Amino acid sequence: MSDFKQTFNSSLGKKLIMALTGLFLCTFLIVHLGGNLLLFSKDGGFGFNVYANFLTHFPPVEVVAYLLYLSIIVHAVYALVLTIGNRKARPVKYASSNNSPASVSSKNMGLLGSILLVFIVIHMSDFWYKYKYTDTVAFKEYRTNLSSGITTVSDFTPTSKDFEHSVSTQGDEEVVRVKDIHTKVAASFGQLWYVIIYVIAMGALSFHLLHGFQSAFRTVGWIHRKYTPVIEFVGTWLFAVIIPLGFALMPLVYYFQSLSK
Amino acid sequence: MSTNGNMNLTLKVWRQKNAQSEGSMVTYKADGISPDMSFLEMLDVVNEDLIHKGDDPIHFDHDCREGICGMCSLYINGQPHGPKRAITTCQLHMRSFKDGETITIEPWRAAAFPVVKDLAVDRSAFDRIQQAGGYVSVNTGGVPDANEIAIPKVIADEAFNSATCIGCGACVAACKNASAMLFVSAKISQFALLPQGQPERYSRAQAMVAQMDEEGFGSCTNTGACEAECPKEISLTNIGRMNNDYLSAKLFRQEDVNRG
Repeated sequence: MSDFKQTFNSSLGKKLIMALTGLFLCTFLIVHLGGNLLLFSKDGGFGFNVYANFLTHFPPVEVVAYLLYLSIIVHAVYALVLTIGNRKARPVKYASSNNSPASVSSKNMGLLGSILLVFIVIHMSDFWYKYKYTDTVAFKEYRTNLSSGITTVSDFTPTSKDFEHSVSTQGDEEVVRVKDIHTKVAASFGQLWYVIIYVIAMGALSFHLLHGFQSAFRTVGWIHRKYTPVIEFVGTWLFAVIIPLGFALMPLVYYFQSLSK
Repeated sequence: MSTNGNMNLTLKVWRQKNAQSEGSMVTYKADGISPDMSFLEMLDVVNEDLIHKGDDPIHFDHDCREGICGMCSLYINGQPHGPKRAITTCQLHMRSFKDGETITIEPWRAAAFPVVKDLAVDRSAFDRIQQAGGYVSVNTGGVPDANEIAIPKVIADEAFNSATCIGCGACVAACKNASAMLFVSAKISQFALLPQGQPERYSRAQAMVAQMDEEGFGSCTNTGACEAECPKEISLTNIGRMNNDYLSAKLFRQEDVNRG
C-alpha cells in the first residue's frame, strides 16, 4: 500500500487525481445537459419533473451522484494543494509581468474553477438541497387520458407529510403525482440576477473545459499524433462550446419567456 | 539614437550580494550600445564601466556564447532568454530592442534555483535529477557496429529532438508554477524512445520524477509556456510521454526505483 501512497503523493500522482476527477465531471455534464433538455419541452414540466424524481429515487443513480459530489470536493481540494505547492516553488516573484505565450484559460484555471465552485454551491443549494431536504417544493398532478394521450396539469397537495410521488390508474386516466421542481426552476430563471450568474458561470465553464479537457488527457499520458487532435476537437467544440451554450440557453430562454408572459 | 546608430538604454537589474542577503532592482544607464552586440556583450560593456568606477560588476552566467551550452540564463522583460523565439540569451542581439527602451533583467525565479549572486542561479538541481536516472547502462567490450540496432526514422528523430535539451532551465523560469517537467520529460524521453533505454525505462521515470519532486519544483498545468520559451523547442509531447511512463511504472509495472 505504501507504493500507492507514494504514487498519489507525487506531483504526477496528484495531477492524475485532478485529471480523473475532472474527466468524470465532464461525463456528468453530458448526462446533465441531456436530461435537462426536457426543460425545453412544452409539457408543463411533466417530463422534467418525472426525470428529477427518477434521479433522486433510483439507487444506482444515487450511488453515482455521491461519487460525483466526492469528485467535486477532491478536484477542488487537490487543486488547492497543488496551487499551494506551485506557489511555494516560486517564493520570490518576478518584477516584470510574465510575457511568455500561453492561453488565457490555461493560466487562469484556478480562478475559473473557483467561480464554478461558487456556482455549484448556489446551484445545488437552490435546487438539489430544496428538492431533497425541504418541503418548499410543491407537487403537481399530471392526468394523462390513455385513449386520447392528452395530459392535464393541476396542483396537488399531499395528505401525508412523507409523500414523495405516486403513479396510479383511475379509469382510463394515468395519474402521476410528483414534486414540481419545474416551477421552481422557472421562478429562479425569471430573475435577472440569477440568469446573469448562470451565464457568467457557463462562460467560466467554457474556458475551464477549453483547457481542462485536453489537459487531462495529457496528464494521464494519453498523447498520440492521431488521437490528440481528436481530443482537442471534442474538448473545444463539445465541452467548451456546445455544453456551456446548451446550459446557458436554459436560463436565457426561461427569462425571455417570463418577460413575454 | 545617436548619429552612429548606437542605442542608449536603461537597465533595471536584480542585484543580490549572495544567497543569504536580500536583493533589489538597481537601475543602470547603458549608453552607446551597438545594435549588433549580443545581449551578453552589452552587459560586458556595462560591467567594464562598473569596474572602472570601482563598483562590483553584475554577475551573470555564460559560457560558450554560441547557443549550445545552456549556461546563459536571464529573465528579460518577462521572458526567459528575452523576446525572440528559440534562442538563448547569447544569441539575442540588441537590435531586438528599441533605442531609449527600459530593459528589466532578473534571474530565473524558482525555489529549486536559488540565487548565487545577482543574476546567477544554482541549477545543480538539474544535475541531481540527471544523476538519479538520466543514463543508460551499456556493456563494455568490443565497439559495436554503427546502426547495428534498427530504429524507425520517426522514432530516432523524436528521440534526437528530445535530446537537444541543453538544460538551461528556461522552462522552469517561464512556467507559472516553476515546474521542471519539460526538462525532466525530455531527459526521460530521449532514452525511453530508444531500444538502448528500455532496460531502465520504468525505474528511470520513477527515479527522475522522485528527484524532481524532492528538489521542490512545481507541478505542470499544461499551459505550454515552457515549450514556447525553450531555446531548443522541446515539445510538450514529452511531458505526456513522461506521464505515461511514470504512471505505467507506478500503477502497472513491477520495477521500482531501487530494484531496476
